[in-house]
Parts: sequence; structure tokens; C-alpha cells
Amino acid sequence: MAESKSLRVAYGEALVELGEKNKNVVVMDADLAHATMTNSFAAAYPDRFFNFGIAEANMMCAAAGFAHSGLIPFASTFALFGTGRAYEQIRNSISYVNANVKFGLSHSGLSVGEDGGSHQSIEDIALMRGLPGMTIFVPCDPLETKKAVFAAAEINGPVYIRVARPVVDTITTPNTPFVPGKANVMRDGSDVCIMATGLMLPVALNAARLLEEDGIHAAVVNFHTIKPIDSDCILAMADRCGAVVTAEEHSVIGGLGSAVAEVLAGHSSAKFARVGIQDKFGKSGKPADLFAAYGLTAENIAAQCKSLKQ
Amino acid sequence: MSEENLEQKAKQIRADILKMLYTCQSGHPGGSLSCVEMLMALYYKVANIDPSNPKMENRDRIVLSKGHACPALYAILADKGYFPREDLWTLRQLNSHLQGHPDMMKTPGVDANTGSLGQGVSIAMGMAIAAKYKKADYKVYAIIGDGEVQEGLVWESAMAAAHYKLDNFVVMLDHNGLQIDGSNELVMSIGNIMAKFQAFGFECIQVDGHDLDAIVKALQAPVSGKPKFICCETVKGKGVSFMENNFGWHGKAPSEDQYNAAIKELGVAVNG
Repeated sequence: MAESKSLRVAYGEALVELGEKNKNVVVMDADLAHATMTNSFAAAYPDRFFNFGIAEANMMCAAAGFAHSGLIPFASTFALFGTGRAYEQIRNSISYVNANVKFGLSHSGLSVGEDGGSHQSIEDIALMRGLPGMTIFVPCDPLETKKAVFAAAEINGPVYIRVARPVVDTITTPNTPFVPGKANVMRDGSDVCIMATGLMLPVALNAARLLEEDGIHAAVVNFHTIKPIDSDCILAMADRCGAVVTAEEHSVIGGLGSAVAEVLAGHSSAKFARVGIQDKFGKSGKPADLFAAYGLTAENIAAQCKSLKQ
Repeated sequence: MSEENLEQKAKQIRADILKMLYTCQSGHPGGSLSCVEMLMALYYKVANIDPSNPKMENRDRIVLSKGHACPALYAILADKGYFPREDLWTLRQLNSHLQGHPDMMKTPGVDANTGSLGQGVSIAMGMAIAAKYKKADYKVYAIIGDGEVQEGLVWESAMAAAHYKLDNFVVMLDHNGLQIDGSNELVMSIGNIMAKFQAFGFECIQVDGHDLDAIVKALQAPVSGKPKFICCETVKGKGVSFMENNFGWHGKAPSEDQYNAAIKELGVAVNG
């Protein structure tokens, strides 16, 4: 049985490992080091950890200042406050100048759970996707989170790593490639293609198993990179399967579903549906209950796939 | 350079600013004219910079956080030799490296992109922390406007500057009292700005922002364990009588007649 771990724990551990290899890596937080798990880096390298207090905008601009000085800052807070409150700082001080800043932002999506709608970022990918030159990673398991951190450090420019809070099973292997901008086919199939990202990967794999019981062979593709989006893979799978369903723990406006739709429009006659948060805010509840309430389930994905095949 | 020459230089820079704005019929004269001596004190007297090596590792960083005043910065950078003087007349035009607000990707000598108010001073503060971490001895200077201090980000960065004991960080305020919609007092009073920065943990000095010697002295005053704040009392539109203390000249280019009158008043020729 592969290891289960929270992605934020994997993020913190990856930073420590990366920091050991690269002395230019510094980590910043906004009074959430014990939640984003950057506290493990702070313990390992106290002189390279900088807390900015509850001031996300200042942290992002300071990160730009660090990057302009030749350092590689990883700035962490919750996804909502990083991409939302500090949006314009990321836009003008980081993205606009291709500053070499990485933001690993945790507690993304509905899976924050009980904290409720005020803390559940469902539009963060949409905000970051509109910025020219931004790279967006949405890892699906602890292994992929670590690979995303190391890949981010190799990219010269801003990278957003969306880090979910729950403990999840490891579904990739150490040998699974992580090439930025290259989607991974996790399950082959020719009837319908489920394109999923982040925590929706295991849900999509379950959907494929349900469909198999009905004789529908569903492919499942892991979009660990939302930007740049793997257009070649989208068009090839659409052509092969004739039907595409996206699945994401994010609004269907502006996230993976939108990115795939933009590629398909005008280039494919494949049928298409989006599973995600349907233009609504979140609310308090246990993550599993919220996923059920918002249709982020294997049953719903399977139903969407079937309806496209009718 | 002698004091007399620098006085003449200030007039030349003001004339260059006006020609730049007149040429593209766009830009911000008031706040550009008010910070000329502040920038001159850095570029001609205090800062460790090398125009032939704009990215010199150990250079002092100068961040014009009130980025709309970049015509003043550009005129000085050209005079220092960062780029040819004739480039000045391409300001704000398509494909010019002189953007409407400073762009470090395009203009040699610009250390940070600014103009979205509050961000430059915060970036500069980050540079100062980075210098401390790298054990480098360069200083970081941020020039902010008095309307700009209404941005919360200014105070977030001020709090962090004191927290990290950034005695390599200097914030210079262009205190001309006016902003787009009128006086600070009318739009949003900034109160006792010296006391505010003092309360945030800065060493505070107040000077006549058009007295080059006074600014230099304030910049050179030793400080230990805390950041420095220099409140430069200035006149918006300084040097052109009909622009002085008139908020209407915040973001308006002069007409031909106004341009000619301004150049005549400054008493310098604006060549190539």
C-alpha cells in the first residue's frame, strides 16, 4: 500500500530537501507556517525562513525583491489569500516582470472543509491562469507534490503550486514522469476521456472503474499542469474518444474545464462536459460531504460520461 | 560636480521632463518636478552605482515607488549615461524602452517595476532583507509619494522593515501635499507622517526636499538597527510657477504655449 500523506506535509518536506540542495532557496510565510507546513523548513534553516505576519500583499512584493536579488523564494499562505488578496501584487510585481518567485499555496478548494466558503478558494486557478507566463501545478498526491516543488525550482519565472490540505493516498510512482506542461495518461480507454486534476484524480479513476462495469472504457488523464496546458494531449484524446469530461476541485469557470474547452473549441467535434463547482461558493462541512454536495463524485463523473455517450 | 553646476543640472532635468511630456502629450509633470533633488541626491551624490554596469552585484538599489514620476528618473538615468539622451523623447510611445511607468525589463538602471502604488516600497524592503541574508553591504532606497502612503501596503512593509531591523533601507517621502483629486488633507489626511513612521520604528529626519545638501546630509546620517525615513518637504510642480502647488498638473501634459513658457522660466535650452 502506497503512503498516505497530506499534500501540505509533502510540500513542507520537499522544501526542506530542496533547501538542502540549493542554498538560494528561501521560504516565506504569512503567519500560517504551521498550516502550510513551511515550519519544517523554518526549523531546518532558520536563517532562510522569513515570516511576514498576516500581510500577504507585502509578502508577495518582498518575494519579488528577493527574486530580484538572485534568491529563489517560495512564498506560502492559503490559496485564497495568496492568489486573491495579493492578486495585484502577484500580477504587477511578479508576473509582469517574470520574477523567479514560487508560491506554494495550501488549503485550496472545497477540501479545506469546516472553515467554510470564506476560506475555500474555488477561483484561484482562474486568477492565476490569466497571467501571461505563469506556470500552474496542481499535484494529485504526495509524490507529485514533491516533484512539483523540484520542477518549480528549475523554471525561471513564477510558478503557482496548488496544495490541497487532506491526507490522500499516493497514486503515482517514483517513476511516473513529471514534465511541466505534459499531461500523464493514468488509465487507457477509447470510449470517453476523463481529464482530471489534483484531488479529483482518484475520484476520476473510481469513475472509470464504475464505467467499466457498464462496458464503457474510460481513459483518465492527469493534468498536473494547468498552464501551460497540454493541447496536444487534449486534442489527441478527444479525437480518439470522441467525448471528454473534465473534473476539478475548482469552479468550472476559469479552471481546467475552461482550459480544455479553449483547446477543443474550433478544433474538435468531441462531446464535452465539465465536472467542478458550478459557479457557487463553498460552505462548511466535512470534505467528503462537500465533495458529494457539489457533485465532485465518481458517480457524477460517470453519469456525465454516460450522458455524452448516449 | 560643483554645487552651482548641480543647480544648473536640476534646471536641465526639469526642462527635459517637460520636453518628454510635451513630446508625447502625456504623463505626470507635478510629481516628477517635485522629486528631482531627491533623485539627484541619490544618483549624483550618495548611491554606489555604475552606469556602465547597471546590474553591478553590489550596487545600491533605487526604487522609485511613486513610479508615475519616472520622467524625472529617466532624465537622470540618461544624463548619467545609462542610455542615449535622444531616447528620452520616445517616452510612452510604442516600442520605446521608456514605459509610462518604470520597467526593469526594458530600461537599464531601473531596479524594480513600480507605479502600482505601495508595491515598489515593499519590493525594496524585500531587497533589503535579501541583502542582509546575503551579507551584502548595499543599501536600498525607496522614493514614495504622500498620496501613496494611503496604501495599506506601505505600512505592511514599514512594519516588516522595523521587524527585520533593516538599517540598510531608506524610505524617502516626496511630501508635496497634493494628489490627483486635490490636497492630501482634502482627499485623505495622512496626519503627522513623521510621527507615524516613528511609531513604526523608523529613524525619522525632515528636510527641505529641494535642498540638495540637506537631503545628502540626511541620507548620510548614520543609523543602526532600524530603517530610516526622510520626509522631504517639496513643492509639486517645482520650478514652473504656473504648475507649482496646483494639483491640476498631476497628470497633464503642457500645451505648446505652456511648454515654451515653462522652458523660458527655467532658462535652459533643451537640446537633442
